[in-house]
Amino acid sequence: MAVLLPLRAAPQMDGFSLTSWLANIKWWQIGLLLLIWPVHAFAQGAVTVNDALAVLYKWAPFLVLNGFLFNVLISVLSMALGTGLGVLVGLTLISKWYALRLIGNTGTAFFRNAPWLVLLFVVLLAFPFEFTIFGMRVPFPGWIKAVIGLSLPVAANIAIVVRGAIQSVPSAQWEAAESLSFTRIQTLWQIIIPQCIKRMIPPWMNWYAILTMATPLCSILGTEEMVTLTRQAMEAEGNKPEFLMPFYGFVLVLFFLYCYPIAKLTVRLERKFAVKL
Amino acid sequence: MWSPTQPIVAMKDVKKSYGDFDVLKGISMDIMKGEVVCIIGPSGSGKSTLIRCINALNDIQHGSITVEGQEVHDPGLDKRILRRKVGMVFQQYNLFPHKTALQNIMMAPVKVLKEPRAEVEERARALLKKVRLEGKENSYPGELSGGQQQRVAIARSLAMRPDIMLFDEVTAALDPETVKEVLVTIKELAADGMTCILVTHEMGFAKEVADKVYFTDRGLIVEEGHPSEIFTNPKDPRTKAFLSQIL
Repeated sequence: MAVLLPLRAAPQMDGFSLTSWLANIKWWQIGLLLLIWPVHAFAQGAVTVNDALAVLYKWAPFLVLNGFLFNVLISVLSMALGTGLGVLVGLTLISKWYALRLIGNTGTAFFRNAPWLVLLFVVLLAFPFEFTIFGMRVPFPGWIKAVIGLSLPVAANIAIVVRGAIQSVPSAQWEAAESLSFTRIQTLWQIIIPQCIKRMIPPWMNWYAILTMATPLCSILGTEEMVTLTRQAMEAEGNKPEFLMPFYGFVLVLFFLYCYPIAKLTVRLERKFAVKL
Repeated sequence: MWSPTQPIVAMKDVKKSYGDFDVLKGISMDIMKGEVVCIIGPSGSGKSTLIRCINALNDIQHGSITVEGQEVHDPGLDKRILRRKVGMVFQQYNLFPHKTALQNIMMAPVKVLKEPRAEVEERARALLKKVRLEGKENSYPGELSGGQQQRVAIARSLAMRPDIMLFDEVTAALDPETVKEVLVTIKELAADGMTCILVTHEMGFAKEVADKVYFTDRGLIVEEGHPSEIFTNPKDPRTKAFLSQIL
């Protein structure tokens, strides 16, 4: 139906709107937000702003070094694993063999449309907590499972990015390479992928930002990352409700400070590469 | 075994269709080594499809095409070996945009033929000189004009030392003033004895350079012969109509 046309023509979001939205936040808006929340939180509290901030100040180095950096580590490892896996799966999506394409498409569709939290639970429960290799017990800690669990949906989404980028190269390039006797593999790695790697960078960074923001999910698996440690810190300080806003606000600000520049850069690169092509 | 006294390209009753649409309805032609052959005809008459069948970019449903005696559409044939013998130049140049002119030319001999880089580079520079693009070695395709890009594309094909060159409307996308520089390059190639098969709309060029002209219409060869016959004394009414329209 003609009415549906604009809907169908709408580009696939792929979460990119999130990055755009994040990158569009202005600095003064953040300032305003930071001013408003403590005022609201301390309107009728027994603990003063100064008390709460002093406690947070005490805990902050621990939360950043043991908590946030661990989130960063998880995100980097998940991204590395997800990218490697995603490129491989992306290549199956453009395979000449129907069976391989079918497997790739099914897997991609499944992992793109499954809730990340559920995937994390499944990975957590599917693997044992330790392996025995040649009589040696090798522990398999929860945070490594979290890395694997998070990398699965990332891989599925990177696969789509890879396929899209490869398909964006005109088919005439394939024909030119074919008529010069290049093999399919040579054509892909030496002619097609070098041309579209730039196009992959902005969506790739976008998925990295999304992944980083999803790492607090690991706290539900008991991984001692930022959110888990924040909760433990508040418990250690007597679990006063007045701490909730400053502590979780601190987590929020850290994630924002980390992801905001990535989002800004993504949008800038996106614009730059869009013009260059 | 093929010998140079036999046709270098021989087509017998070649038929091809896309679904219900018959593009080629039984094409036969013999092309001898060193010949320059122009295929002319109205758009949609199957000229490009025809030329693309010679290096197996398109498959055929019926008939046979041999290149140096080797059946092109033999399922057991390694098409890559065939394509080393048959160079192809496209309407849209199709240079690799992320490589310089020199790299574009060197890539296939180095990666596909595994020839030593130094040797290939020497040949590539000589080829650039031959197509009058000295000094453009390090230019990227985006920095070159259409005519220059097309000449790099010709050099790129020649770097594989093919026996036959296919030109698929190579001047159709060019500005009128750059058409000539590309045609001069092809003319020199022809003079060197390269077997050239061209699909073209450049009637003046066909008249001057071709040894043989084929006029195709709706998937069939309507008329063939020396350009002096075809252009001055066309026999078939369709050839007459076509030539009167464009000349």
